[in-house]
Amino acid sequence: MLTLQCPYCGVQADETDLHAGGQAHLKRHGPGSSDDQFEDYMFVRENPKGVHFERWRHAYGCGKWFLAARCTATLEVFGTYPAQTTEPPQEIRDRISAKRPGWTWGDFA
Amino acid sequence: MKRYSAFAIAREAFRQHQGWTRAWANPAPRAKYDVIIVGAGGHGLATAYYLGRNFGITNVAILEKGWLGGGNTGRNTTIIRSNYLQDPSAAIYEKSRSLYETMSQDLNYNVMFSPRGVIMLAQTQHEIRGYKRTAHANALQGVKTEWIGPEKVKELCPIINLDGPRYPVLGGLWQARGGTARHDAVAWGYARACSDMGMHVIQQCEVTAIRREGGRVVGVDTTKGAIDCDKLGLVVAGHSGVMAQMAGFRLPIESVALQALVSEPIKPCMDVVVMANTVHGYMSQSDKGEMVIGGGTDGYNNYTQRGSFHHIEETVRALIETFPMVARLKMLRQWGGIVDVTGDRSPILSKTPVDGVFVNCGWGTGGFKAIPGSGWAMAELMAKGASPLTEEFSMFRFREGKFIDESVAAGVAH
Repeated sequence: MLTLQCPYCGVQADETDLHAGGQAHLKRHGPGSSDDQFEDYMFVRENPKGVHFERWRHAYGCGKWFLAARCTATLEVFGTYPAQTTEPPQEIRDRISAKRPGWTWGDFA
Repeated sequence: MKRYSAFAIAREAFRQHQGWTRAWANPAPRAKYDVIIVGAGGHGLATAYYLGRNFGITNVAILEKGWLGGGNTGRNTTIIRSNYLQDPSAAIYEKSRSLYETMSQDLNYNVMFSPRGVIMLAQTQHEIRGYKRTAHANALQGVKTEWIGPEKVKELCPIINLDGPRYPVLGGLWQARGGTARHDAVAWGYARACSDMGMHVIQQCEVTAIRREGGRVVGVDTTKGAIDCDKLGLVVAGHSGVMAQMAGFRLPIESVALQALVSEPIKPCMDVVVMANTVHGYMSQSDKGEMVIGGGTDGYNNYTQRGSFHHIEETVRALIETFPMVARLKMLRQWGGIVDVTGDRSPILSKTPVDGVFVNCGWGTGGFKAIPGSGWAMAELMAKGASPLTEEFSMFRFREGKFIDESVAAGVAH
């Protein structure tokens, strides 16, 4: 079973205590943006076989949303971090780089 | 190709079965093909077959990174039905169902199509309304389905428990012409027919790059060397996102694991397919006697072909409530497949931003039933540049808001 540590309450939560919320770091563009940008935000998704960033909610715990860095090919978890950010923290990126050199995901590397 | 027939069996019986030949060839790739199809599962092989049969295009290679039919074609629960709500879905799924009826004769290969009938149970008031609506829609679409009451459900499936502890059975949507088929035979039959037309089915040949020149595809790099092509069809289900990345575009698709399991074989006890969408469980009995059970998908992206165990627990719990007799069955095997799910739960059969590259994906949790229809439509799209069956299934429909929303009608079980 997939387990993720909630960055708020510190609990190592089973996936049955969590709710998966899809891709993280979606960028919502403001007034004047193009149809392409809206389509990207609304429908187009990163779907990598490898490093992936996701939203999760500690549904049967503290109830808060957080973000996780995970490998979709091996189910390895690189780390979790609070949702109040627009990009993965450097510490998480370094941890991924140590294990998956040369990784890229969307605009991040 | 030697035809299979009762006469051939008798002839071989008199000579120790020495005369059987291999069902398909195992060739080395040529330097160039008119069309390359990536993915030798049901959909890829069907696409190649109808390219040859309907359009005379036979200089075709079908590339497969693993083995023939080893992905979702060999991992599904073999259910065939066409009781969809929206017109474009009904058209392509009904085309597919009707092609299944004559597939064994067309391919000269027994795919064991068994039109035993499919019931989708209504267990809430919402489902009653939903399925009655689908029955009316199907009547207008020329798809034969009907709403049936609980007594009829019990008559069709005596082992069902109508008064379950959580959700009583209130009726169902019945498609008498739905059923099951032998999934491996579908892939093998198409592969044999493709090979017979001179096409190359090349296994253990993984595509590693898609070569483009001036916005147009010119070929692919593979683990068996570079191969040129004029047109490229990507028919790879769960790995569609990976292939799209190689071709330089993105798809509105996410890949998740879907699980299924089978029980030990028992005597015949159920001659219909039953799907219970509210409680997440569906079941049929195979010709070997195993109860074939479909489970749920994980909520997160996954390429590992194995899912989370609690979904098995949920599915089995639901089935024990609906079919109390299965409580004492032992389960033999459990497995997962990677399904490609779109935002509206409808497939994508489409041109792409790269000239000459076509994509057939997004069948999500219900691709097996669509194999012949999908191949028929995709072949027409690739040969002529357009097909009436694929018109609505463009990958660009999302930006225009032209969804084919089947998430209510088909989001759970297949």
